[in-house]
Amino acid sequence: MNVHGFLALFYKEVLRFSNVAWQTLGAPVVTALLYLLVFAQVLEGRVQAFEGVSYTAFLVPGLMMMAVIQNAFANSSSSLIQSKVAGHIVFVLLAPLSSLELFLAFVLAAVVRGLAVGACVGLVVMLFVPLPVHNPLLVVVFAFLGSAVLGTLGLIAGIWADKFDHVGAFQNFVIVPFSFLSGVFYSIHSLPVFWQRLSHFNPFFYMIDGFRYGFFGRSDVSPVLSLAIVGFFLSLLTTVTLAMLQRGYKLRS
Amino acid sequence: MSNAIEIVDVQKRFGNVHALKGVNLAIKRGEFFGLLGPNGAGKSTLINIIAGLTRRDSGHVSVLGHDVTRDYRLTRRCLGVVPQELVFDPFFTVREVLRIQAGYFGLGRKNDAWIDELLYTLGLMNKANANMRALSGGMKRRVLIAQALVHKPEVVVLDEPTAGVDIGLRKSLWLFIQRLHHEGHTIVLTTHYLEEAEALCERIAILNHGNVVALDSMHGLLRKGIGMTVHIIVTVEEPVPLLPPELQAKLVSKQSGQLEFKLDRGVESIVEFLDRLRHTDIAITDLRTEEPDLEDVFLELTGEAAE
Repeated sequence: MNVHGFLALFYKEVLRFSNVAWQTLGAPVVTALLYLLVFAQVLEGRVQAFEGVSYTAFLVPGLMMMAVIQNAFANSSSSLIQSKVAGHIVFVLLAPLSSLELFLAFVLAAVVRGLAVGACVGLVVMLFVPLPVHNPLLVVVFAFLGSAVLGTLGLIAGIWADKFDHVGAFQNFVIVPFSFLSGVFYSIHSLPVFWQRLSHFNPFFYMIDGFRYGFFGRSDVSPVLSLAIVGFFLSLLTTVTLAMLQRGYKLRS
Repeated sequence: MSNAIEIVDVQKRFGNVHALKGVNLAIKRGEFFGLLGPNGAGKSTLINIIAGLTRRDSGHVSVLGHDVTRDYRLTRRCLGVVPQELVFDPFFTVREVLRIQAGYFGLGRKNDAWIDELLYTLGLMNKANANMRALSGGMKRRVLIAQALVHKPEVVVLDEPTAGVDIGLRKSLWLFIQRLHHEGHTIVLTTHYLEEAEALCERIAILNHGNVVALDSMHGLLRKGIGMTVHIIVTVEEPVPLLPPELQAKLVSKQSGQLEFKLDRGVESIVEFLDRLRHTDIAITDLRTEEPDLEDVFLELTGEAAE
């Protein structure tokens, strides 16, 4: 394995978003704070998700995880499509890097951005909303897996897309609806039965539910089930992405 | 000793377009090789196949004896490619770009001395910490060359490195490429500037419609009957009288008292032509001949004009 080559690409991908930190780290924190301000003001006292947990406290892990997954997706997808459209992807393709090394570098950089954004959102929000941490390991594991899943989806979108519009469409018609309908703002137990059942087909739901369990020790489904489903989804997407890279799909003509 | 690049019966289709129709080429180690052809001839496709950017449909391609698909790590380590398009990553400085590129090849800080040498040689030292966006087109072109050489590859492929470059920079790039060749690198150059190929390349392949239509040294190409034309330039007193039809047919240009005729040496005698010219009312004040050049060969084989 070309470990040095993988680390160089990983470093480049991290440096890429660090060079524009206000946009890649600062903006998501502001967005999360605005969500918190609006939803907590409107719904605090009207909605009870878990007994003994205020709505605002319930909302915080959801907002953190939403920031994590949306930014992980944005990192790998934007990097890929920008380098394809501008043409500088050629320097990566000319390098002695395997499909696995390319995959790991892009996805782990997306994980780093996702975790960094999640940590920033968490630190800032916890200044205003005290939050218990029931199982820190599960918090980290679900944040890691969630960002890895979305980093991989971003990679798929970036490889598949021919122009920025395509990535925008993927984000607006897949990522945003799935993340908004995953229980960020509510417990699925408060939904009608049909929508509750439908929510179980949304993999994003398990990421957020498991992540929330790490804070409160309570969740809509078992954290073990969430872990298994998120792990399976990551394995599936990894297999698809590696096959695309191996074939050179839309990268090597 | 294996060849630097070996291409055996390579075919490539893009939909209905048959881009390469069974190309065979062997480029020797240490050779300065020119790959010429009109737009759409298949030059870039062939280079992309060598570099692993495009996958061949059939055939075999190896670099220094290693298969470009099976042994891709080995072939990419000994190959440096300067792409045709002026592409750059706008997030980084020149030095960052070169360090990252070296990193892909497993080279760390120990390679910094070579990066400094490249920056110095290519006149980029005072731009080392400038963002790529801030560079002029010529400077970006130099960075592309530095990126291709950052891992000290034995074989260097330059896909139209001087396209859109001003004459001053073009000459300095020529000198730099010649230096690389003298240091033992195998150079493969594609260019639209035929005088560039003529001045630099030891051997030339001309590609047309996906086929190699000529492969020889410069002298060999001219000797083999390709481009056996001679240009006769006659300076005459004005006004120039009307030429007889048989002479008019050979006239290729006429400007300010200078007439240029083109003769096929294999068919027509220069002496007979001059005799006929003497029997007209033209008062000749000067006469010179020009030997065929690469452009004649190129035109004859491809039927298309180059720049």
